Amino acid sequence: MTPHLPRLRRYARALTGERSAADDLVQDTLERALSRFHLWRQGSDLRAWLFTIMHNIYVNQTRSRIRHPQEPLDESDANELRSREPDWGELRDIDEALARLPGDQRSVVLLVGVEQFTYEEAAQVLDIPIGTVMSRLSRGRERLRLLLNGDSRTATLKVVK
Amino acid sequence: MSESQITEADLHAYVDGALPAGRTAEVEAYLAGYPEEAARVAAYREQIATLRRKFDPVLDEPLPRGLQVPRRFTMRLLWRCAAVLAWITLGSVVGWHTHGYKITNARSEGTDWARRAAVAHVVYSPEVRHPVEVGAGEEAHLVRWLSKRLGTSLKVPHLGTLGYSLVGGRLLPGERGPVAQFMYQDGKGQRLTLYVRVNADERSETAFLFAQEQGVGVFYWLDRKLGYALSGAVDKPELLRIATAIHGQLNP
Repeated sequence: MTPHLPRLRRYARALTGERSAADDLVQDTLERALSRFHLWRQGSDLRAWLFTIMHNIYVNQTRSRIRHPQEPLDESDANELRSREPDWGELRDIDEALARLPGDQRSVVLLVGVEQFTYEEAAQVLDIPIGTVMSRLSRGRERLRLLLNGDSRTATLKVVK
Repeated sequence: MSESQITEADLHAYVDGALPAGRTAEVEAYLAGYPEEAARVAAYREQIATLRRKFDPVLDEPLPRGLQVPRRFTMRLLWRCAAVLAWITLGSVVGWHTHGYKITNARSEGTDWARRAAVAHVVYSPEVRHPVEVGAGEEAHLVRWLSKRLGTSLKVPHLGTLGYSLVGGRLLPGERGPVAQFMYQDGKGQRLTLYVRVNADERSETAFLFAQEQGVGVFYWLDRKLGYALSGAVDKPELLRIATAIHGQLNP
């Protein structure tokens, strides 16, 4: 299990955007994994199993207490929030851009892009159909692109360094 | 395939290097004609690189003390690993599909089906009067019937040179559909069963894998379209010898 810790930490850091929250999440994941290790089947992918546990804990935590109001859990919340977002042109930092992605899109973008899971593996970790992985990936990447570049409406406001 | 059929999913699979070579060329041809799309694809790639630059350093950070897996857990894990290795927990057959994560259900197919094979062996091999549904006397019918039910052409290996003759076979429910079980027996009544299932992925191919519990050994392997699991209460080298012979007969 230890060899998987650095990658769990990387994913947790990117997912939560905070060092302490990320390490808490990794800790919770480890504890749950250890208590349920008998459920892991030898020969199956331990890394995917650990990420699944982490994902479930994260989703439960964000559901039970909305720690980051800018982290909507689904697209409808995102649409609602989009209208009262601050100036997108100011968003140059990937951290901020990530934090403004709906949580479900952020998970897919990170699992596929950073953690290099295949689409099938990401679908298993998140327990969603592969078509949903593709649509969230598409929406997430596009949104991130607009956030990072400043979209057409705000491009002129982009600060040139 | 024409360029107009390039989908959004293709573009992402292209970004992720997940396209087959032929499709990659088609996507590249498409992108050459649509600079805006090409720019978008480039932006996605840069986005991934930015994320990696930002978060990869976490991999090299020393682990906080609180995050180390406690030593006693490490020892417990070793014990548990040992227990998991002995995975044919025959006593808890009923519970298998009732617990666990979806992910493990999906990913652990590799061992689950072999375990099913072992259970089928334990259930049917002691049968005196009804060990099989169709006996070796009707071998041609048996093969036709099981081939039809599994939806693929099956072959029955012959193990006479190894001292085992075919008893017959039966149809069993598998995880995704019908599976076949062939039973063999030697002169002393020692029985082996060969469990044959249709793989979900035709490209699957594995080496021989072995598992053992309570005296029943299983060698199992995937061979493109079909998965085979040979079970028997014989020692490992003997079982391997038979598995090798079966594999050889099925891949002349």
